[in-house]
Amino acid sequence: MSARSGSLPRYVVQRLLLVIPTIWLIVTMVFILLRVAPGDPVSAAVGGKLDEAALDARRAALGLDRPLIVQYLEYLGDVATLNFGQTISDNRQLIDIVVENGGATLTLTLGAFIFALLVGIPLGLVAGRYRDSAGDVVIRIFGVVTYAAPVFFVGLLMQLWVASPLGWPTSDIASPITKFEVEPVTHILLLDAVIGGNWDAAWDVFQHHVLPCVTLGLLLCGVFIRLVRVNVLQTLKGDYVEAARARGIAEKHVIRRHAFRNALVPVVTVVGLMVALTLSGAVLTERTFNWPGLGTQLYQYLIARDYAAVQGLVTFFAVVVVLVSLLIDIVNALIDPRVRY
Amino acid sequence: MFRSLLSPFRQTTGIARWLLLTGVFITAVFVVCALFAPWVAPLDFNQRYVDGVKLPKQDPPSGEFWFGTNDQFFDVFSRVVWGARTALVVVGLSVLFSVVIGVVLGLISGFIGGWLDRLLVFLMDTLYAFPSLLLAIVFSFLLRDLLGGSVVAVAFALTVIYIPQYFRVVRNTTVSAREATYVEAARAIGARNHTIIGRYLFGNVIQSVPVIGTLNAADAIATLAGLGFLGLGIQPNEAAEWGYDVSRALDDMGAGIWWTAFFPGMAIVLLVAGLTLVGEGLNETVNPVLRKRRLMPVDMPANEPSSYLAEGDAAALGAGAPDPRFREDEPLRPEHEHRRREDESR
Repeated sequence: MSARSGSLPRYVVQRLLLVIPTIWLIVTMVFILLRVAPGDPVSAAVGGKLDEAALDARRAALGLDRPLIVQYLEYLGDVATLNFGQTISDNRQLIDIVVENGGATLTLTLGAFIFALLVGIPLGLVAGRYRDSAGDVVIRIFGVVTYAAPVFFVGLLMQLWVASPLGWPTSDIASPITKFEVEPVTHILLLDAVIGGNWDAAWDVFQHHVLPCVTLGLLLCGVFIRLVRVNVLQTLKGDYVEAARARGIAEKHVIRRHAFRNALVPVVTVVGLMVALTLSGAVLTERTFNWPGLGTQLYQYLIARDYAAVQGLVTFFAVVVVLVSLLIDIVNALIDPRVRY
Repeated sequence: MFRSLLSPFRQTTGIARWLLLTGVFITAVFVVCALFAPWVAPLDFNQRYVDGVKLPKQDPPSGEFWFGTNDQFFDVFSRVVWGARTALVVVGLSVLFSVVIGVVLGLISGFIGGWLDRLLVFLMDTLYAFPSLLLAIVFSFLLRDLLGGSVVAVAFALTVIYIPQYFRVVRNTTVSAREATYVEAARAIGARNHTIIGRYLFGNVIQSVPVIGTLNAADAIATLAGLGFLGLGIQPNEAAEWGYDVSRALDDMGAGIWWTAFFPGMAIVLLVAGLTLVGEGLNETVNPVLRKRRLMPVDMPANEPSSYLAEGDAAALGAGAPDPRFREDEPLRPEHEHRRREDESR
């Protein structure tokens, strides 16, 4: 296949090549900020607990007594092999943390996205279609307020006003008994329960997901409402909508096939852009619901002043954002040929 | 000046205007609280004693303590009011810093171009893709060691998040304006680079800043609260901060004590929503895609050919030719207003 400009393979290759320097820049920035600038991470994390000789031994064991440039190059090599280092305060491998706790964050964010899409897109379509009607105003205010309300505050209100009256669970990923019954295979509890054929456990895990996913989903759905509404306003002004009307096509078909369908194309792009927002929100949601995901881990290591763990987790989050946007961009290029140019 | 401030109101109608006014009103209430906090709040943000008597612990809202008291024997209403001051100072500083840094870098990058431009664009794109709360966490984690958890340290941590947005807009506008005829003309008459940047480009690129600034301010309030909630914000003994207050109230919820979290939380919701409404309202008047302007009353000026033709370029126009300065997407405006706009861009 010839690599014409605008061809799909060429676009994918270009996009892949761009990812490498981006990840390099992220790793370097985080390394400089959290490794070079603060000085000695060992005494920051375990300074009060060990004597000087033990601290030195710890530094030597972690390779922190070598020149920074050597440490930097080694860290670059580690990241290339998906090894994000190890924590100082409790000597865990970062990759183990990601495997054990990543599943909880994954199901939380996916659930939030599903909720946001299911609620946000229809509301945005209605608001854009009936611009300046009472429904539009209510939906817009709903969008602004859900976007404005911090997830941790919404989470608290959910626990107080929704969970208590209905008797829903408010913290953790599942009831303790469920967790120990389920054999960890993928470390994604919902999947593990289904694989094991334990439907009671799966239902229990699902119930625990509802409130956190709705909380995080409300934040995201505000963004979808605003985006879809504006897109509908734009497509309704488009020439092809005008042309469709001129051809005598019934208004409801014009709206559905011409205006709405085109208004939804940019949603794919925005899902990519929102991964960053979602992860930020997930950190706060997890803290509110005591959710055993990566955000809670990050919070605990921040409190422990464990620079190495924070460095590894932040790098991991950023790399995830870059890779997901890459994926979304490629999907987008498949859907919409205009993107490739 | 006053007229241009009011123009978003005059150009909007119905609901758009109503939403914008609501936003302005909410924001104004918080600004008043922030400015006059010592007079609005009955007590200091960290005051436990009134006339030597300790305040009650976790007292529900009452006539004496409107929003109740919290687990640290503080008056929640006073802390909400003082929190408005903290929020506006931090956010004001961070938006100011990021506008200055972002606009200057954007102008330089767009004007000079070359490898510097590519490098800066790449750096800014990477920063922009970073989850903003995580970026703020990293910087505030770091700056707490260097500067302590002060107001300025947190403002700096927030600044980093928002620089890329101004940079992008300003750089892209500069790149397209750089080759415009009027810049070429300025170069031809020997204007130096800093004159071109300062006098010709700056005025053109600065117009989109207020919209981004307002929306960023809203986002910054939320991020500040997020940092406070994670215990990475301002030191509790330095100022009252809403996010920190909500995080302290996490444990109260189980005991049915709702007021310690509800009021600071609502303050965040209201201020962020207010600023978002203002930003979106401004956007609807500035952004031609969304604009749905009210027809302005046509106010034809008295026939004064001397003043009209004095503009030089107008003299070249045939008497019956349409004036190219009236853009099609704009309703007819009073002549004097048009001239004023032209003067500004010069």
